[in-house]
Amino acid sequence: MIHSPYIRRNASVQRVMFLVLLALVPGIAAYAWQFGAAILVQLALATITALAAEALVMRLRKRPLQPTLGDLSAVVTAWLVVLSFPPLAPWWLTVFAVLVAILVAKHLYGGLGQNPFNPAMIAFCTMIVAYPSLMSQWPMPGADGFAAQLALILGGARELDGVTGATALDALRSGMRAGGAADAVLQQGTEFGVAGGRGWEWIALGYLAGGLFLLATRVITWHMPVLFIAALLAISGVFWIADPATHASPLFHLASGGSMLAAFFILTDPVSGATTPRGKLLFAIGVALIAWLIRSFGAYPDGIAFGVLLMNMCVPLIDMKTQPTVFGHRGGSR
Amino acid sequence: MSARLFQFHGGIKANGHKRESSESPIQQAPLPRRLVVPLRQSTRATARCIVEPGEKVLKGQRIGEPEGFLGTAVHAPTSGTVVEFGRHVMAHPSGLETRCVVIEPDGADRWIERKPFDLRHATRADALGWLRDCGIVGLGGATFPSHVKLGTGSGVDTLILNGAECEPWITCDDRLMRERAADILAGAGILRELIGARRLMVGIEDNKPEAIEAMRPAAGALGGNIEVIAIPAIYPAGGEKQLIRVLTGIEIPYGKLGGDFGVQCFNVGTAHAVYRAFDHGEPLVSRVLTLTGNVERPGNWEVLIGTPVDELLPLAGPKPDTDRYVMGGPMMGFALPRLDVPVVKGSNCVISASPALFPPAPPEQNCIRCGECARACPAELQPFELYWFSRAKNFGKAQEYHLFDCIECGCCAYVCPSHIPLVDYYRFAKSEIWAREREKTAADLARERFEFRNYRQEREKEEKAAKLAAKAAATRAKLDAEGAGAEPAPAGEDPKKALIAAALARAKAQQAATAPKNTDNLSPATQAEIDAIEARRQATQQAPAGADATPGTDAR
Amino acid sequence: MLTALIVMTGIAIVLGAALGYAAIRFKVEGDPLVEKIDAILPQTQCGQCGFPGCKPYAEAIANGDADINQCPPGGEEGIRKLADLLGREFKPLSEEHGVEKPKSVAHIDERTCIGCTLCIQACPVDAIVGAAKQMHTVVEPLCTGCELCVAPCPVDCIAMVPVTDTVQTWKWKYPVTEIRRVA
Repeated sequence: MIHSPYIRRNASVQRVMFLVLLALVPGIAAYAWQFGAAILVQLALATITALAAEALVMRLRKRPLQPTLGDLSAVVTAWLVVLSFPPLAPWWLTVFAVLVAILVAKHLYGGLGQNPFNPAMIAFCTMIVAYPSLMSQWPMPGADGFAAQLALILGGARELDGVTGATALDALRSGMRAGGAADAVLQQGTEFGVAGGRGWEWIALGYLAGGLFLLATRVITWHMPVLFIAALLAISGVFWIADPATHASPLFHLASGGSMLAAFFILTDPVSGATTPRGKLLFAIGVALIAWLIRSFGAYPDGIAFGVLLMNMCVPLIDMKTQPTVFGHRGGSR
Repeated sequence: MSARLFQFHGGIKANGHKRESSESPIQQAPLPRRLVVPLRQSTRATARCIVEPGEKVLKGQRIGEPEGFLGTAVHAPTSGTVVEFGRHVMAHPSGLETRCVVIEPDGADRWIERKPFDLRHATRADALGWLRDCGIVGLGGATFPSHVKLGTGSGVDTLILNGAECEPWITCDDRLMRERAADILAGAGILRELIGARRLMVGIEDNKPEAIEAMRPAAGALGGNIEVIAIPAIYPAGGEKQLIRVLTGIEIPYGKLGGDFGVQCFNVGTAHAVYRAFDHGEPLVSRVLTLTGNVERPGNWEVLIGTPVDELLPLAGPKPDTDRYVMGGPMMGFALPRLDVPVVKGSNCVISASPALFPPAPPEQNCIRCGECARACPAELQPFELYWFSRAKNFGKAQEYHLFDCIECGCCAYVCPSHIPLVDYYRFAKSEIWAREREKTAADLARERFEFRNYRQEREKEEKAAKLAAKAAATRAKLDAEGAGAEPAPAGEDPKKALIAAALARAKAQQAATAPKNTDNLSPATQAEIDAIEARRQATQQAPAGADATPGTDAR
Repeated sequence: MLTALIVMTGIAIVLGAALGYAAIRFKVEGDPLVEKIDAILPQTQCGQCGFPGCKPYAEAIANGDADINQCPPGGEEGIRKLADLLGREFKPLSEEHGVEKPKSVAHIDERTCIGCTLCIQACPVDAIVGAAKQMHTVVEPLCTGCELCVAPCPVDCIAMVPVTDTVQTWKWKYPVTEIRRVA
């Protein structure tokens, strides 16, 4: 017997995931424009791997393939893995990372909705610990032809020098460690563009456009992106004003690395993130703080992934402590 | 004067589907072939049957006597003959049976003598008693006895009339307001007087402009502090707590009544029934019911309480692809377990449902904690957390997260992208928690009684021992005395005879005082039960029961 | 060396005093474990576990004299709760102690009853009223369904009647999900 309500809004997980994929398109377009079409190959590779892994798990758990395979959640994970990875990473690294994301971070915890950690970020952190050098090779915008890029991805000799370099964040840090002032390093290095890393500003703008689309379609709420960006601006702003010589500008932080991707697509993963309104605010501030700390003082090129995972751990506590007041219970009796 | 309106959190905007049934006037439904009147017409109370099969009854004659604090009287909906008193399936999701009086109408539809109730020359208690005796309960669906609701309120400043009718498809209140606005407000006036409220607010969703148009002049004609207020059509604006919030800004928490906050709320249908009861002396024997959905002729009918649903359906003409019938609205109603269930006082709508109208729910997927449900929840709960806890049967945690503040409005399940039947989980958890509480109360009572029994047995043993010792001492003393003064007593009476006489007297006294044992330590309810049993026993003892019992006597 | 000794002794004295004080200040009345076990037991007082009532069984469990799977009325759920409380492994109901049955109450056939009071004496919760040579009746809300009154009756007039659902006691079922049904 089926009980009320008998009517439902035309909503589905599939639709939510599809909108997220759609929102990623402007960012991906900017990516392909700046760094070449290799990213599309990576996306395709990751998508196939993710779906195959998902199907394998469903088979092993003796569950029907549908609707799990069709809900597109694995595709979202796969795309986020690729977009947070260096675009010219060898094919096996991408496959390995997606397998870690789907099999370990998602299905070992029970599948969609059960994973306490963001699968894409688990994959990122695993790979950056396991293959630090491969994960630090980022191409320069427009450096290579498509064929050369493809050759790099599919194996063959990796001629590291000249083709790839460090990220803007990395370059800035190493520049400053070598004794240069932030301003000077930024002006000299070829890695830097108008605001952040060269070419990356456009991608960040693409993500921003997609993020606004997600806000407009009510897939995500304003809490996480706004607070993450605000917190990142505030923290980096305070230090930049205090000492512009040793700290990068807030705008640089915002346009570099995965800031925008994280703000709209990674933090807002509902499964592993905080869910209460106040909890979302705390979560976003926490990630911003950790990311800034690691960027400024840590050894890794970007700290968002670690920030997200560390805050994922705090989610049960955050959610418990930020339960909204229930109707009729306002006014103290709680 | 226009009041400032407040908002409640969440809610949904669903397609109202009101036009289908709201455009034709209320029609009188024909007399059914038989009426099955359940004696359970108000929440948690069943009336006591006071008619017998074969008895002739008149329309409005009382057939069920109110019992208990929440009891209300039940009346014959039409004149005819009582043909049966038995158990029939009722309009409830459980499909359980309840005691019903079955009446075969004689077609005359003859009323008992009706006398209006003069409010001016009656005490408040009398007026509330009249409501109970007229069987007035909340017609919005909860069927809470009106006299109880009125009785709790002291210092109530605002009376709210609920004409929101927020559930899709239902239009019975809409039609009632359009056609009988003056009667409704007259009833509301009586309610206002009984409760001592200063202002009267009528809340109507703004998707019913005709009803608002009808109510406004009627309110003006009646005078006094009456406001007819159009409220935004957001489901569940017609939920009592939500409507009170929208109109006054007051939030009534779970477990509290409006009266505690100086505001009380009645459905427009209830106000209409109150008017009929006071000004015409008519008990509640019929109500307006919407027949809509997948039918040829959707509309509203005035239906006698106890009319089997399957006798009503031909009025609207369900289309062939109808696969089930929903009583109430699509958000909170339930699929009828059978079609011969009778209409009760809380039945406001029967929707004929087809797969096209109410498509089967897509397969349930995992919760992705997207928070859509929390955004839609008018009680400002975190429905997905409640879902996890209910699913894991972690009931303590569910209660901690305010499970019982959930009004089961269905908004969360309506918006859920994973198609999880969230409300089913809450219903399950709630009924499980109630069951456990009942079990715990029973276990505590059993433990207490067991311990008391042990204590009593101990005490009886001691008393017996003490008595024996005393007796032994007495006998010894007597023997000693007899031994000392061997000669018979001068008074002339034999001591042995006296002893026997005393024993006889004692035995007689004991026999006379044979009283049931183990009756200490009882609650009033149990005492009442025992009294009933006692009465039954006397009845059986008067009947010839000796034959059955004799072989047993030998067995001893 | 001496300083160390003094410090260690000092610490020992302070901690000992604190512990001693705590033992007096936060003294626990009675045996909370027995109370907790007793709270889980269904209080039918039926003695199927082999002990004269639920409390004695609770004490026996607490002392380790009895296993947790000897209570048929508590059923599987009861055993699970006991296993949780005591941190033990769940085990199925011991067959020698009986089987789990739907909740029932005793019903005395009032026409057959001869008023022998044997059932009254047997009832552990005083749920039967009556007197010698008078018909007896079970007070249903008090009956725990222990069946102890059934055996002593010389005329076999007591039957166990399963409790049926009413609207008040009817429960919503646990929702069955589509995925599980397919699997």
